[in-house]
Amino acid sequence: MITSFIHRALEGKIVVAVATLLGIAVLVPALNLLTPPDSAFHIPTYVMALFGKYLCYALLALALDLVWGYCGILSLGHGAFFALGGYAMGMYLMRQIGPRGVYGNPILPDFMVFLNYKELPWFWHGFDWFVFAMVMVLLVPGLLAFIFGWFAFRSRVNGVYLSIITQAMTYALLLAFFRNDMGFGGNNGLTDFKDILGFSVQADGTRAVLFAISAIMLSLCLIVASAITRSKFGKVLVGVRDAESRVRFLGFRVENIKLFTFVVSAMFAGIAGALFVPQVGIINPGEFAPANSIEVVVWTAVGGRGTLIGPIIGAILVNAGKSFFTGAFPEFWLFALGGLFIAVTLFLPKGIVGTIQHGFRTRRAYKAAAEAEKGRDAPVAIAQAAE
Amino acid sequence: MLIRLFSLIFLILSFAAPSFAQSDPKPLINHLAKADFAEAEALLGQIAATGDTRVVPALQAFSDGDLYFRKSDNLVFIGKAAGAGFDLIDPVTGASAGQAAKNAVTKIKINNNLRRVIRSAMGGLTLMSPDRGVRLSAADAVLRSPSAENLDLVEAALAKETDREVKARMEEARAVSVLSSDRSVDEKRGAIQTIKALGGRNALGILGSVSGSIDASLKPDLDAAISAIQSEQQLWDMGQNVWYGLSLGSVLLLAAIGLAITFGVMGIINMAHGEMVMLGAYSTFVVQQLIRDHAPGLFDWSLAIALPVAFLVTGAVGFVIERGIIRFLYGRPLETLLATWGVSLILQQTIRSIFGPTNQEVGNPSWMSGSFPIGGMTITWNRMWIIVFSLTIFFALLFVMKRTAYGLNMRAVTQNRRMASSMGIKTPWVDALTFALGSGIAGIAGAALSQIDNVSPNLGQSYIIDSFMVVVFGGVGNLWGTLIAALSLGVLNKFLEPVTGAVLGKILVLVLIILFIQKRPRGLFALKGRAVEA
Repeated sequence: MITSFIHRALEGKIVVAVATLLGIAVLVPALNLLTPPDSAFHIPTYVMALFGKYLCYALLALALDLVWGYCGILSLGHGAFFALGGYAMGMYLMRQIGPRGVYGNPILPDFMVFLNYKELPWFWHGFDWFVFAMVMVLLVPGLLAFIFGWFAFRSRVNGVYLSIITQAMTYALLLAFFRNDMGFGGNNGLTDFKDILGFSVQADGTRAVLFAISAIMLSLCLIVASAITRSKFGKVLVGVRDAESRVRFLGFRVENIKLFTFVVSAMFAGIAGALFVPQVGIINPGEFAPANSIEVVVWTAVGGRGTLIGPIIGAILVNAGKSFFTGAFPEFWLFALGGLFIAVTLFLPKGIVGTIQHGFRTRRAYKAAAEAEKGRDAPVAIAQAAE
Repeated sequence: MLIRLFSLIFLILSFAAPSFAQSDPKPLINHLAKADFAEAEALLGQIAATGDTRVVPALQAFSDGDLYFRKSDNLVFIGKAAGAGFDLIDPVTGASAGQAAKNAVTKIKINNNLRRVIRSAMGGLTLMSPDRGVRLSAADAVLRSPSAENLDLVEAALAKETDREVKARMEEARAVSVLSSDRSVDEKRGAIQTIKALGGRNALGILGSVSGSIDASLKPDLDAAISAIQSEQQLWDMGQNVWYGLSLGSVLLLAAIGLAITFGVMGIINMAHGEMVMLGAYSTFVVQQLIRDHAPGLFDWSLAIALPVAFLVTGAVGFVIERGIIRFLYGRPLETLLATWGVSLILQQTIRSIFGPTNQEVGNPSWMSGSFPIGGMTITWNRMWIIVFSLTIFFALLFVMKRTAYGLNMRAVTQNRRMASSMGIKTPWVDALTFALGSGIAGIAGAALSQIDNVSPNLGQSYIIDSFMVVVFGGVGNLWGTLIAALSLGVLNKFLEPVTGAVLGKILVLVLIILFIQKRPRGLFALKGRAVEA
C-alpha cells in the first residue's frame, strides 16, 4: 500500500523536480568542497549558504501551499510554526555550546546566566539530546497546529476569520518570545552556536552537508505532499477547498480533513525552521513577525498555489530578488515587493507555474479536440469508402 | 503681694502685647539684623502675631536667604543681586530703597529650623489675607504640611472666615493640625472624622504618620478611618483604571472604525488600513510644519485644520486604491488581503523615502495638554479629547450610514450588488466612495493618534492587528459591535495590566479573542439571516 502510495506520488513533474533537487544536493556541495576556489566551477560557501536558506524558505512555502493551495486555508501564521521548529533546533544548538559560552557555565546558556537563572527551566531539559530535539521540531509545531486547528475547524472558523486569528496567533507568540522571562533569550533570541552533532557549524563541510540535507528534506516533503494530494484524500481536500459545504453534505468530516492537512503542513514548516537555524546561525522572535508570514504567502502566490512545484520556484525567485535588491537598491525592495504583491494578484492569480500549466492544458485540450474532430469524421469516410 | 504684682505685670503685658502686635512690623524686622537664631525665632513669632500680611515677601526673602542688613545703620532690606551690588527693597512696603555695594550689606543667617518657623508663620499670615485665593492656598499649605504650631492661627482664621469653601478647607486644615497637637482625645476623634471625610492619599499619609504617636483609645477610630479611606481609594483606583481602559478603547475604536467600513461592510481585507492611519498622522505633521513656518499664531488651530486635510488626503488615496486595484478583486477577499498588503508596503516605503525612518515631532495644541483632577483621579486633556473625538466620529458615521441617502445606497450595494445595480444605483461609485470614506476616517484617526503616539512610518503596523481584532470581535458589519468591542477590549487590557504586566496582558487578550472566535465565529453581534453567507 505504501509502495503504491509512493508510486502514485512520483508522477512526471514531481520525478523531475525530485531528481533536480537531489542532483543539486550532490552537485553544489561537491562543487563547493572539491573544486579549488579559483576554479570557474567553484561555488563559494556564502552562495551555498544563501541557497541553503532559500531551500528552507521553499519548504516553508510548500507547507503553506499544502493548506492554502489544496485546502483553501490561508494561514497567516505559518511563520510561527517555522520559528517554533527553529527554536527547537536552536535550543539543541545552545545546549551543545556547553562550557564554551562567555560565562563558561556548563549547563546554563549565556543569556540565562546573564538573567540570573539559577537552574535550567523544565522545558529546556532533554534538548541536549539530538533525537529528542528533532522529535520536538516536529512535535511542537504539530501540537500547536493540532490544538489551534482542533478548536478553529470544529467551530467552522474559516476564510478571512481564520486568516486573521492565525495572524493573531503568531503576533501573540511574537510578543511572548520577546519577553525575557519566557526563557528563550528574549529580544536577542538564540545565537553563538558552536557545533551540531560534534561538527562545527562554521565549517565548510558542515555547511555543505546542511545544504544537502535541506535539498533532500525538501524533496522528501515534496514526495509526501504529492502523495497526499494525489491520493483519494487529496481529491477530497480539493473538494473542501472548492465547495466545503457539499463535501460535508456528502458525509465527509471536513474538520478532520482540514486538521490533518494543517498539522502536516505545520510539521513541514517546523522542519524548514530547524534546517534554517544552523545555516543562518541565529533564531530570534523577529521570525514570528506577522509580516514574515504574509511574505510566505506571496512566494506561494508568485510560484503558483495549488501546484506543488510552484511555491518552491516562487520562494527561490522572490528571495533571490530580495537578496539582489536589498544589496543593490535597498530603498526599492519594499516597492518591488509591494508591486509584486499587487501584480501577482491582479495579473497572475494562478502564479508562474499555474499559468504555464494552464497554457499547456488548454493547448492539450485544443489538440485533443482537434483529434476528436478527425475521429468523428473517420467513420463517415469509412462508410463512404464502403459504398 | 508678690503674686499680685506678677499678675499685674502679666495683665499689663497681655494687654500690651496685642497693642504692640498691632503696631508696625518694621522695627521687629529690623531687630532681625542682630538677632541670633533663638532670638530670631522669637522675633518671627512676634512678626507673625502682627497679622500684617505685608511682611510675607520679607519672610519669603528671609527663607530664601535674600534678606540683608545695611552695616551703616543696621536697617534690614530685601536684597536682589544687581551687577556688583544689590538693589535694596523695603521689607514691608516693597518700595525700592536704593542700591548698596556688596560689602556694605550683610546677609542675615538662616537655618532649617528658622525656615520651618517662617513657613508656618507665612501659612498663618496668609490665612488672614483679604484675598480669597491666597487664603485657600494657605489652607492647602497647612493641609499638606500640618504642624501643631499652626493650630491657633488656623482657629483664629477660621473664626473670621465667611467664605464657605475656604471655611471647609480650613476646617480640614484645623483637623490635621489638631492631630499633631496635644488637644483632648474627643477633639482628636472629631478631627479623625473630618480627615476621613476628606479622603485621598494625603489624608491617608497624615493618618498613617500619627498612628504611632496617637493615644491608644483613639487607635480603633484611626484604623477604621484608614481602612475607610483605603477602600475609597481602591474605588478611585478602579475608576482610574476604567478611565485608562476607556481611553485605550477609544484609541482602538479610532483605529478600527475605518476598518469596520472597509472590512466590515465591504468585505475587503484592507491590510493598508494601518498605513491610512499613518498617512493621516503625517498629514497632520505637514500641516503643523506649514503653520509653524508661515502662521505660528494659528498653532492652536492646527489640529482643526489638519483633520479635514487628513480626511481628504487619505480619502483620495483610498479612492485611487479602490479604482486601481480593489475593484478587480471583489468576491475574492483573500486576494484583496495580498494586494492591499502590497499597497501598504509601498505606502510605508514612500513615506520612509520622503520623511525618513525616524519619528516626527507633532505638537499638542495648548488645549490638549495638561490634566485636571476628578476626585481621586487625574484626567489628561488629550485622552479626554480623544474619547470625545472618537465617539463623535462614531456617531457621525452611524448617522451617515443609517440616515442619509448615500448610506442607504451603500447598505443596498453591500447586501445585494446586482439588485442594487438594477434599481439604478451606480455600484462602482458607491464602492469607490465607501472605500474612500473608510480610508478618510482612518486618516482622521491618524490625525488624532498623532497627538498621543509616535509618528513614524511604522505607525500603522502597530494598529493593524488590533484593529482587525476589534472588528472581528465586535462582529463584522456591525458598527455598534465595533464600539462595544473596542471599549471592552480597552478596559480588559487595562485591568489585566497591573496583574500580569503589559505584554502578558496583551497576549492574554489575543488568546481570549482567539478562543472567543471559536465560540462565536461571527463576533459579538453577528449578522443574522441571508447576509451571513454572502
